[in-house]
Amino acid sequence: MSPLSVLLAPLAPSADTVGLGEAIAFWILGPLALAGGLGMVFARNAVHSALWLAQAMLCLGALYMVEQAPFLGFVQIIVYTGAIMMLFLFVLMLVGKESAESVVEVLRGQRVAAALGGIGLAVLLAAMLGRAVTGLTSVGLAAPNTTGGGNVPNLGRLLFTDYLFPFELTSALLITAAVGAMVLAYTERTKEGRLTQRERVEARIRGPRPSPLPGPGVFATLNSVATPALLPDGSPAPESRSELLESTGPDRLNADLRSVASAGVEPPARALRGPAVPPPANEEGGKS
Amino acid sequence: MTPTGALLAHDPLWLIIIKVVAVFVFLQVMTLFMIWLERRVVGRMQHRVGPNRVGPFGLLQSLADGLKLAFKEDIQPVLADRWVYILAPVISTVTAFTAFAVIPLGGQVSIFGHQTALQVTDLSVGVLVVLACSSLGVYGIVLSGWASGSPYPLLGSLRSAAQVISYEIALGMSIVAVILYSGSLSTADIVDAQSRQWWFVFLLFPSFVVFCVSMVGETNRAPFDLPEAESELVGGFHTEYSSLKFALFFLAEYVNMVTVSAMATTLFLGGWHAPWPLSGGPFDRGWWGLLWFISKMLVFLFVFIWLRGTLPRLRYDQFMAVGWKLLVPGSLVWIVLVSTARALRSTSVTPVEILVVGGILLVMLVVVAFLLPQGGKTAQTAAAGNGATKRAGQAPTAGSDYPLPPLDLVVPPPPPRRAAMTATGASADGASDGGPPARREDGHGTT
Repeated sequence: MSPLSVLLAPLAPSADTVGLGEAIAFWILGPLALAGGLGMVFARNAVHSALWLAQAMLCLGALYMVEQAPFLGFVQIIVYTGAIMMLFLFVLMLVGKESAESVVEVLRGQRVAAALGGIGLAVLLAAMLGRAVTGLTSVGLAAPNTTGGGNVPNLGRLLFTDYLFPFELTSALLITAAVGAMVLAYTERTKEGRLTQRERVEARIRGPRPSPLPGPGVFATLNSVATPALLPDGSPAPESRSELLESTGPDRLNADLRSVASAGVEPPARALRGPAVPPPANEEGGKS
Repeated sequence: MTPTGALLAHDPLWLIIIKVVAVFVFLQVMTLFMIWLERRVVGRMQHRVGPNRVGPFGLLQSLADGLKLAFKEDIQPVLADRWVYILAPVISTVTAFTAFAVIPLGGQVSIFGHQTALQVTDLSVGVLVVLACSSLGVYGIVLSGWASGSPYPLLGSLRSAAQVISYEIALGMSIVAVILYSGSLSTADIVDAQSRQWWFVFLLFPSFVVFCVSMVGETNRAPFDLPEAESELVGGFHTEYSSLKFALFFLAEYVNMVTVSAMATTLFLGGWHAPWPLSGGPFDRGWWGLLWFISKMLVFLFVFIWLRGTLPRLRYDQFMAVGWKLLVPGSLVWIVLVSTARALRSTSVTPVEILVVGGILLVMLVVVAFLLPQGGKTAQTAAAGNGATKRAGQAPTAGSDYPLPPLDLVVPPPPPRRAAMTATGASADGASDGGPPARREDGHGTT
């Protein structure tokens, strides 16, 4: 018997009495969930905030399990904690680590309005829930958990009979939202505009330069990306420099370039030379 | 409450503690054993020997490695988010171990006079426990990547989040058919259902395939080990971890492997029941179940190693395409088929009617398939035509796309100068066309 069923054991008997195990579980999980909620509100870092919320959801899931709704509890963990919060985290991680909460009020009086709205909602919820809960005698889950195959089959039966229409409506709404988000976010890329891998290979092989661009700084005395590679004749290869460097301004690079290109130093007489240079008169003969 | 659950409900506290400790130790030993087995098997596959120095057959090698790992320096990056950085490996490990609690390792046995089942607990939603634990285990990976404050782990954890969410959908769908046939979410009930009918690997083979593929994706193992692709991301999400924290990740990975293998055994291979000629016999009850269960599980674990030794890593988009475009729609169609079959069995439809309707549907499908334009083929031929016109001025290709001279090639007359040279027999004076290009006058100092 697991620790979970140890907790479950003493709370079976009656609907309105709170068993010892239930009380212990509530007083552990309740404050934890509350701390999760408060932590979510007050955490500076967005990811910490999401983690606090995940804690609150986990505690709720555990509470459902203790209250003899194991299916609901695990679905809460799988769907909310596992999938939805994970998507939140996914987005937050893309935003970056340093993105803390801004303390500048964008709208005037925004905080006061938000606080008032929040308090109003809390009062409303408390009043509604208070009225709904105090006026009722609880039935308990003993009957649906023991008759008709237990918790899960009964839940399934209700979903596919009495609540079929709301259930399907909800799923239609969710699918609409998902498809709509995709339509809005996904830019149309037709098949014709996109090259296949083979077409790209062919374009490259038949193009002017089948090899990769020469790496910067490789043959140079410096190891900087601002330093172009040197051709065998000592002249710099302009295509080895990153295009980003064009924005840095040539005046900052010229000194480097000159020193690396060893300006003023003649290459050896028999050195191989770069292309596209008119043939000199003094090196004819001996080569064909 | 399930029958096994009722049996387990009378366990005294000391028995629960024994079982929990036993499962914990079992998983630890399995991890050590798996590391050794992996190194030996992959070594054999690569014509090496593998570790064979520490203990008999090198069995204690992973123990020695584990001890060494524990005594390494514990490094924490400056940019790391302190608490989340510590929390992440703990989450990974705890969820990995928790999931094993619902796996039935054997049937009813007597331990020190108490009748009990070889299972820590049996919930009416046991399968969901495993799913929940694996979905929480992702937190460990994602948070470790984020909290490390370093780009490679972050990339690894982003990949991991997308990957595990995608493959968990396929994993959950492959389980649906099993649940339909067994009529319960409890693992012990699913094993029982398989002892009454065929094992689900035969009844629900497509589900089994989907489960096997997505369980490899779920555990981040090769060929789906993109979150820790060492050739791209250094070590992936655990790049910045060392010492015991790294050991926890390592432990969690192997425990997860054991857990999904145990799940596959439970769901599809009849759990702890003996294979066919022995099923129902004296070897199919009590402690014998443990033997059958572990043997079946080891088959899956061996396949994990085999895959790692054989297959290259998938590219990320290919991997996602397999998940979303193949596994998920495939299992959806399969679930519809299975539920239709179940519904037909429970209603009074004769086999003849089923065959007639099925035949009509099949014919309609074939007709529609013939009427549809062959999109892929025509697009390809169109592209090929485009390519041919694009390359009109260039050398034609035949068959292998390798440029070939045309059959009616007319050799052009040599240019006048070369003709003159060959005529006069000039002594290799190629300077005019073949000589080395000289240095540019302004070649230096310009870009």
